[in-house]
Amino acid sequence: MDPLALARIQFAANISFHILFPAITIGLGWVLLYFKLRYVRSRDMAWMDAYRFWTKIFALSFAMGVVSGITMSFQFGTNWPGFMEKVGNVAGPLLAYEVLTAFFLEAVFLGIMLFGFRRVPGWVHTLATFLVAAGTTLSAFWIIALNSWMQTPAGYDIRDGVIHAADWWAIVFNPSMPYRLVHMLLASGLTVSFLVAGLSAYRWLRGDRADAVKRALGTAVRLAAILIPIQIFAGDQHGLNTLEHQPAKVAAMEANWTTGANVPLILFAWPDEANRTNHFEIAIPDGASLILTHDPDGVVPGLDQFEGNHPPVAPLFWGFRIMVGIGLLMLAVSWWGTWRLWRRKEASPWLARALVAMTFSGWIATLAGWYVTEIGRQPWLVTGVLTTADAASKTPAPMILTTLLMYLATYAVLLGAYVTVLFYLARIGAKPTGEPEEGAIQTTLGAANVAAGGN
Amino acid sequence: MFEDPAIWLPFTFAALMGLSILIYVVLDGYDLGVGLLFAVANDDEKDRMIGSIGPFWDANETWLVLAVGLLLVAFPIAHGVILGALYLPVALMLLGLILRGVAFEFRVKAHARYKRLWNRLFFIGSLVTALSQGFMLGLYVLGLEMTAAHFAFAALTAICVAAGYAMLGGAWLVFKTDGDLQIRAARWARIGLVASAIGFAAISAASPLASPRIFDKWFAFPEIALLSPLPLLAGAAFVGLFALLGRMPLKNDRWAIAPFLGGAAIFVLAFAGLAYSFYPYVVPDRLTIYEAASDPESLLIMLYGAVIVVPVIAGYSALSYWIFRGKASADLYDH
Ligand code: HDD
Ligand code: HEM
Ligand code: HEM
Repeated sequence: MDPLALARIQFAANISFHILFPAITIGLGWVLLYFKLRYVRSRDMAWMDAYRFWTKIFALSFAMGVVSGITMSFQFGTNWPGFMEKVGNVAGPLLAYEVLTAFFLEAVFLGIMLFGFRRVPGWVHTLATFLVAAGTTLSAFWIIALNSWMQTPAGYDIRDGVIHAADWWAIVFNPSMPYRLVHMLLASGLTVSFLVAGLSAYRWLRGDRADAVKRALGTAVRLAAILIPIQIFAGDQHGLNTLEHQPAKVAAMEANWTTGANVPLILFAWPDEANRTNHFEIAIPDGASLILTHDPDGVVPGLDQFEGNHPPVAPLFWGFRIMVGIGLLMLAVSWWGTWRLWRRKEASPWLARALVAMTFSGWIATLAGWYVTEIGRQPWLVTGVLTTADAASKTPAPMILTTLLMYLATYAVLLGAYVTVLFYLARIGAKPTGEPEEGAIQTTLGAANVAAGGN
Repeated sequence: MFEDPAIWLPFTFAALMGLSILIYVVLDGYDLGVGLLFAVANDDEKDRMIGSIGPFWDANETWLVLAVGLLLVAFPIAHGVILGALYLPVALMLLGLILRGVAFEFRVKAHARYKRLWNRLFFIGSLVTALSQGFMLGLYVLGLEMTAAHFAFAALTAICVAAGYAMLGGAWLVFKTDGDLQIRAARWARIGLVASAIGFAAISAASPLASPRIFDKWFAFPEIALLSPLPLLAGAAFVGLFALLGRMPLKNDRWAIAPFLGGAAIFVLAFAGLAYSFYPYVVPDRLTIYEAASDPESLLIMLYGAVIVVPVIAGYSALSYWIFRGKASADLYDH
């Protein structure tokens, strides 16, 4: 097989596996801080139980994120040596700042957050929880800055065929960065909301009606109900921004083959790249023009403008519809849930089942969104600057294939184990709490303890 | 010469990178070593051993990310050459790191009947990681050549690095545990020490023989006189540590940290020797740090960050070691 194709599949497999866990830890860090603060204010053990239970899942997800992230940091060099040679002057500092400002912060304070409850004053523990959440968000900031720069490069000049940084402010806050950062942080918040709601609903359905379960369920459903409309609005703005900077991507997302006014919004179709047309099209007249230009007669660029130089249409078209479809589903379920919890103060079996079914919906939408974003940038690795093919390594195909199979097998097993353990933890639930003693917090990671007079 | 940013910046970054590799090897070395010692520990000891590294392992591994990150961002061409040549051992190391990192969590979160399996994976992951790191060291020292003889040498260094880590792990347990486990750990550390001494000697002998340039750097006058303290100190450290481990633990647990510091000192000396041998090369005998460096402007931007942030990292890392001072136990264990 073609080494370029293999290198791409390997990179895509690794980053897809990796992003599953940041998508959880970024949002869950803040949810944990919320549980902790509610406990500190009310001294109500139900909040503490919720905190304890979700700390376990946080620790597990964090470990998965760390190990797959370490793999990512080697992947740039092994799979895309041309990337650093050409744009290393921009990419390097952004990656370096991520390690320096974010990873150490997370790693050190995670230790204190997980093991330090007995050893540090309460406020220090809360501060550590905050710093872990801030650290994961900060690392998202830097990596999204880099990824967005690859989508919409700015603030650089080219000397002797190599990129040099000209304006760091313009590089970090490149045109698509604010949109992508907001959209991704919200995606993480939604992924976590539905994860928390789904597992809590699962416990509720199994008859575990502890206060901690209901608190977590209520928090998660309401959080989702607040975040999803913001996400839909942010996504719309993101799309408009993409239309401005990467019109070919949007044309492929909409499977719009011809430039023109009154472009319909296609709900379903079978894009046919060979004949440059769609089959089985179901569409809303003028819809795309209305959404993209806010005018039914607005002119929308079509794929005919980019013939021979646009990303593959079908994956973008479908990826986008999966993401938006899940977004609309999230809107329906979270508002139904909020309404139900508000009126009846208790979930219903059907609501609980719907939430269980949606447990991992955030993962699917997030992956679909990233596939749209990344495949939509092809054939470029850095838009207009470097193509993917030019950055690829010379590693022989059999070697890439061997390691690819190794990674895939490992990931399949780990993903299976992860999901199994989440439901297993949900089944055994949080340990019943005794006295609300300050030192009661434990994580299952095992912990260091002072032999002499630590408490 | 150090007025020219194209000189002092690459030098500074090479030093920073070397420092983070060294810190990584010592810190992750002890927690990988603890993982290796899982092979000989019983179940109760395993829980305490995990307790002794629980709050630290993640931060320890971050030094690897920093080291590779610095190689990637400060010497991008070298990064491609080195990781390209070491493609398979790197992939194996990553596999090992993945296994042990997640086993750490799964062993206590999965159903109890899987605990043994995850314990075993924790050991295997640590072993694969340590061996592949040692293997890479061997290949690197001999100039990244791929012949059967080079592989044989790398296999030797692989075993010796693993032994060195086991020594550090044992010494760490002497420091962080008590009772029976502490006594047994001292014995483990001693065995690891002997095996790592062999590796130390092998690398010291092989690198000058493999490269005439390194030979000339060591065996000329006055260098040989100035450098002689290095091997002498290392020899003294080995002997002293061997004797000390034979007596550990001392009464009232005095000097419990001494074996770990001694083990770390050996790694520091070995590292100093290597650094002297290879400077100014980042890819042995092929590419110097000055040829491989990125733009001075980009290096400068990163240096600003490093100068501000690294002391802060050092500070809060020290804080965390202070918070988790004292002996480890497994009694905070949930289910
Ligand atoms: C939007 C968020 C996001 C994205 C797109 C990425 N990451 Fe990530 N990464 C995180 C968000 C994150 C995080 C939330 O900060 C993690 C997850 C769990 C954790 O420990 O930190 C993390 C961990 C993590 C680690 C381990 C850090 C540690 O030791 O604590 C490394 C080395 C990387 N990542 C590297 C990468 C690379 C090279 C990426 C791109 C190709 C990448 N990540 C994409
Ligand atoms: C986190 C979520 C992400 C996901 C799910 C994701 C997914 C993908 C996928 C599917 C591809 C393959 C596209 C193709 O080949 O057609 C790809 C390519 C790539 N992405 Fe991402 N990506 C993510 C984030 C990032 C980030 C943050 C960066 C860099 C900072 C990045 C850099 C790259 C590079 C270098 C390629 C290689 C080109 C290629 O394979 O085509 N990605 N990504
Ligand atoms: C329902 C309305 C939504 C709209 C209109 C929308 C719009 C978009 C657009 C246009 C992009 C591509 C941007 C580009 O490549 O330049 C995108 C990407 C993405 N979407 Fe959505 N989205 C929606 C919902 C969601 C939901 C519910 C999630 C996850 C929970 C999500 C997660 C993502 C992610 C992770 C990306 C890739 C990163 C990025 O480019 O921001 N989106 N979205």
